[in-house]
Amino acid sequence: MALTVETVLEGIKEIVVEVAGIDAGIIAMDKKFTDDLDVDSLSMVEVVVAAEEKFGVKIPDEEVTKMATVGDAVNFIVANGK
Amino acid sequence: MTRRRVVVTGLGATTPLGGDVSSTWEALLAGKSGVRKLEDEWAQSASVTFAARVAVEPSEVMERVEMRRLDRSEQFAMIASREAWKDAGSPEIDKERLGVVIASGIGGVITMLDQYDVLKEKGARFVSPHTVPMLMPNGPAANVGLELQARAGVHTPVSACASGAEAAGYALEMIRNNRADIVVTGGVEAAIHELPMSGFASMKALSTRNDDPAKASRPYDKDRDGFVLGEGGGVLVFEELEHAKARGAKIYAEVMGQGLTSDGYHIAAPDPDGQGVTRAVKLALADANIPLSEIVHLNAHATSTPAGDVAEANALANALGSDISHVAVSATKSMTGHLLGGAGAIESIFCVLAMYHHKAPPTINIENLDEAVTVDVVRDVPRDLPKGSIACLNDSFGFGGHNVVLVFRSYEG
Repeated sequence: MALTVETVLEGIKEIVVEVAGIDAGIIAMDKKFTDDLDVDSLSMVEVVVAAEEKFGVKIPDEEVTKMATVGDAVNFIVANGK
Repeated sequence: MTRRRVVVTGLGATTPLGGDVSSTWEALLAGKSGVRKLEDEWAQSASVTFAARVAVEPSEVMERVEMRRLDRSEQFAMIASREAWKDAGSPEIDKERLGVVIASGIGGVITMLDQYDVLKEKGARFVSPHTVPMLMPNGPAANVGLELQARAGVHTPVSACASGAEAAGYALEMIRNNRADIVVTGGVEAAIHELPMSGFASMKALSTRNDDPAKASRPYDKDRDGFVLGEGGGVLVFEELEHAKARGAKIYAEVMGQGLTSDGYHIAAPDPDGQGVTRAVKLALADANIPLSEIVHLNAHATSTPAGDVAEANALANALGSDISHVAVSATKSMTGHLLGGAGAIESIFCVLAMYHHKAPPTINIENLDEAVTVDVVRDVPRDLPKGSIACLNDSFGFGGHNVVLVFRSYEG
């Protein structure tokens, strides 16, 4: 089953709620991890590891540095997931 | 130039006796024990099956997400410092004049061991990125410093079970030396885990009174057989006297002096002659520069080990001479257990409250006083201390041969 933007966004929301304790309602594609969601560089590592496990996708470190917004992460996972 | 004077204007704690200062003090005066059988699975087959866990779990007062980024020792530091800062009236201060000195004896040992389990079971990729900030011994001080935006300096003296007292001494000097006007100081420990407990047990340092945990910590009793591990922490707000007066702060007591020495004797055993302790007391009294007749109370280190309690009592008697006769000695570890790096901090709080309320807390569990103990021990019930200007000592010693003695005095305005 191919990953869709909707399912990945829902999964990322769950992870960010767990890691940063942010209200799921404010998590959206255009939100920035650091500025909007209290996910600092350390917590971003937690988000990435959890996302890799959840979606069975490898996210290289050089890609992580480019993921400023939730949408960046969702789109990468959809494009590279199985 | 006259020396800058330092007073205590705020207190905070989370201990085996209570989740804050007032509940802890109340239980202390009531002679309650905070020592209990451990519920943890690992403890059921351990050689020591009890300890003194905090009375109020951090999860009852802290958000889940904050907790997962903090080691348990850091959680204790945040809880105690928030109470202390609020108690001090959340003072407005230039952050470059605000310091933090909070100690820990062992640091984030539980985080280190938990993450080692993650490494072995799941692999390196799954080791938390928060591991290092959580296990570093300066983590409690650093997190408190960050929350308060302290910029005069954030420090962490490490001297095993003397750490909390050494932190208070460092804080005193920071204000005396005009590096800061307020310093938030204390000590914390969270080491109730099978590895550190096994290590202490291997040293034969822990009481093995598994059939009666509440009676296990019994300083000065003939049948004492070791210390009881406790957890938690205490934080005090130290403030320059004129700064405190100018903002109308409540003043609990004055911090008069400190004495620091080292034994050069053994890595863990106390020097039976107690010369290092005697010298530390004398240095502290010289630093405090008050009449010996004012010293009416002492919160002893007295951990309930066969060797330590008597060596300490003798050293105190040597240092104070005939003036030991008017000193009411309390061994509060009989109720709290031994908080290691947190001990000197919570016992400093007990000293400050003893000066503020003119009341010495009791020592419990002495069924047969060891005949070798010649000091006047406050037993079972609290004792009223004289009215007027009074002073007390808090002594703490740590593995490594560290000796720290602090002097507090009632503040009479």
